[in-house]
Amino acid sequence: MILTKEQQAILNGEKGETLAKVMESVVRYGELFGAEKLVPVTSKYNHLVTSFGLKMMTPVFDLMQQLIDAGVVSEQKFSVDPRPVDKNVPTNLLQKIVFDVAMYSKQDFYDGQLKALGLMDEKAYTCACYLDQVGNKPQKGEVLSWAESSAVVYANSVLGARCNRNSGIIDIMGSIVGYVPYFGLLTDEGRKATWIIEIKTSKKPEAQLLGSAIGMKVMEDVPYIKGLDKWLGNELNDAACSFLKDFGAATASNGAVGLYHVDGLTPEAVELGESLIAEGAKTYVIDDAELQRVYDSYPVIWKNKDASPKLCFMGCPHMSLEQLKSWTVRVEDALREAGNKKVIVPTVFTSAPAVIEEFNKTEYAARLKATGVIVSYICPLMYMNNPLCKSMPVITSSNKLRTYTTARYYTDEEILKKITKGDK
Amino acid sequence: MKTFKGRIVAPGNVTAEAVVSHAGLNTLASFQGALQFGDKKATCGDQNNPDLYNKQMAGKALCLPQTIGSTTGGLVLYCACAMGRQPAAMLFSMPIDSLAGAGVVIADVWLKDDKAKMVVVDSLGDEFLNYVKDGMSITVKEDGTVEVK
Repeated sequence: MILTKEQQAILNGEKGETLAKVMESVVRYGELFGAEKLVPVTSKYNHLVTSFGLKMMTPVFDLMQQLIDAGVVSEQKFSVDPRPVDKNVPTNLLQKIVFDVAMYSKQDFYDGQLKALGLMDEKAYTCACYLDQVGNKPQKGEVLSWAESSAVVYANSVLGARCNRNSGIIDIMGSIVGYVPYFGLLTDEGRKATWIIEIKTSKKPEAQLLGSAIGMKVMEDVPYIKGLDKWLGNELNDAACSFLKDFGAATASNGAVGLYHVDGLTPEAVELGESLIAEGAKTYVIDDAELQRVYDSYPVIWKNKDASPKLCFMGCPHMSLEQLKSWTVRVEDALREAGNKKVIVPTVFTSAPAVIEEFNKTEYAARLKATGVIVSYICPLMYMNNPLCKSMPVITSSNKLRTYTTARYYTDEEILKKITKGDK
Repeated sequence: MKTFKGRIVAPGNVTAEAVVSHAGLNTLASFQGALQFGDKKATCGDQNNPDLYNKQMAGKALCLPQTIGSTTGGLVLYCACAMGRQPAAMLFSMPIDSLAGAGVVIADVWLKDDKAKMVVVDSLGDEFLNYVKDGMSITVKEDGTVEVK
C-alpha cells in the first residue's frame, strides 16, 4: 500500500507506539483486500457496533483502555448500538440476576469508556443512527468507518454513502487515524451488482422475509433489485425508508450484504440505472412460492414448539417514528376487531432514545401505552443473548433477531394477530 | 492425501482435526454462547448452521467458505483468540471476508501471547471445501500449503 508521508510517519511510530499499532491494523486490514491507498473519512460522525458491557468482551475493554490511556481517541464523535438492558422490559428475578451479575456487569465501566472515546451524547445508543431524530445521517458519497451491519447496508444503499462492512474495533481505528483503506464498497467497481433480483410476487413482499431470501442467496455480493419499486414507489419517503431499513438488516444478517440497489428507488440506481449491473450477473427470481420456501426453511428451536409466546419483540433494527405511529394504529385496530383492550402477549417495541423522545411528544404515545405495548431503547438481541431465553418462547418479525437468537419469526400480520387475538 | 495451496493471512505451522462448515460461518451466533459462559471447547451455538452446531471449534482446523452476519464478527474472533478459545486454524475456501479479516489482523497486531495464535489461510478453492470432511487430519505449513488426510 502506498502511504502519504503523514500516514507513514504514524506507522513508523512518530506519534507514539499505540497510534502506530492502530495505523498498522488499518493498513494490514486494507492490504488483505488489495487496497493500494487509504482515503480520508469524510462523514461528520462515526458509528460503532459495540455498546454492550458483556464480560466476554473484557479483551476489547482492555484494548479500548490502552487507547484511552495513550490519548489515542478520534476527533470524530460517534453513535453506538443500543444498550442491552432496560428496566422497562419484562424480566423475572433470575433473568435480572443473570443480566446484572453474569452478563452485563461491565456495562457502567464500558459506558464510561465510550464517553472517553467520543460518544455523541447519552441518546446516541441505537443501531438506526441514520434516523433523522438521531442525527448521524451521512450524505451521498461520504466515506465512513462504520460498523453495525444494518447501519452499513442502509448508509450504502439508501443514503449512497460509502462504507465497507467493517468489523467492530476496526470501526473506531479507522476513525482514530482518519483514514480507511480504499477497497470493496468504497470503489465504483465494488458497488456494481453481480446479482439481478427479479421480484414477481403477487403482493408487497414482507421486508424481512425478502431480505432474508436475498441475503441467503447472494451472501456478500451486491444485488440489483427489479420490480420492488412497483410496491414501494419511486420516492424515498418514510414508509419506503422504513421498509428498506428492515429489508437491508435481513440481507446483512441472513447473508453478508453491504449494499443493494433498488431499480428506480435508491440513489445510485436512480442515477446510474442498469449500468450498475456487472457483466455476467446471475439472476434470482423471487415469487410467492420462493418466499414461502424460505419462510418454511427456518428452524424452530423452542424447547416446546407449540408453546404460547411469552414475549414479543418488534424493532430489530430499531423502529422509525413512522413505524411507531403506524403500528400504534395497527395494534389499536386489531385489538378492536378482536374485542380486546390490551395486547395478550407482553410486547416490546424498540426504538432509538431520540425517536422515543419525539414519539412521546405525539398523541400516539398515550394511545400505544393504552394497548399495553412497552416502548424501549433496548437491543432485543442482547436481551436474548443468554441461556435462559432458550426455554422462553419469544416471537418477532425481525429476521436478524431470529438468526442470532431462539426467537421465532412471524410475518408482521401474523405477529399482529398473535399479540392482539392469539391463535384463536 | 490431497494438498491445497492458499494465501497466507496469518502464518504458522499447525496440525489439527478438521471441522467443516459448508455455509458461511456466522461468527457471533457461533461463538457468543461459548465465550460468554465459559465453554473452553467453543462449542458452536449457531442453530442455523447444521454442519457445525454443537461441535467443538477451539483447537480445530475450521474449514469454511467465509464468515457472515453481525459486524461484531471481527471482535468476537479477537476475543476468542485473547481467551484461548480460537480454532487452531481457519481455512477459507474463498478470499477472507472483511469481518474475519479485521479480527485476524487485530489479533495479530495487538495480541502477542502464543496462546492467542491462530493460523489463517484463505483462497483455498471450492475443491478444498468439497474434499475436506469432519475428522480429517489437516496440516498447515507456513507457506500456505494445506495437507488434508
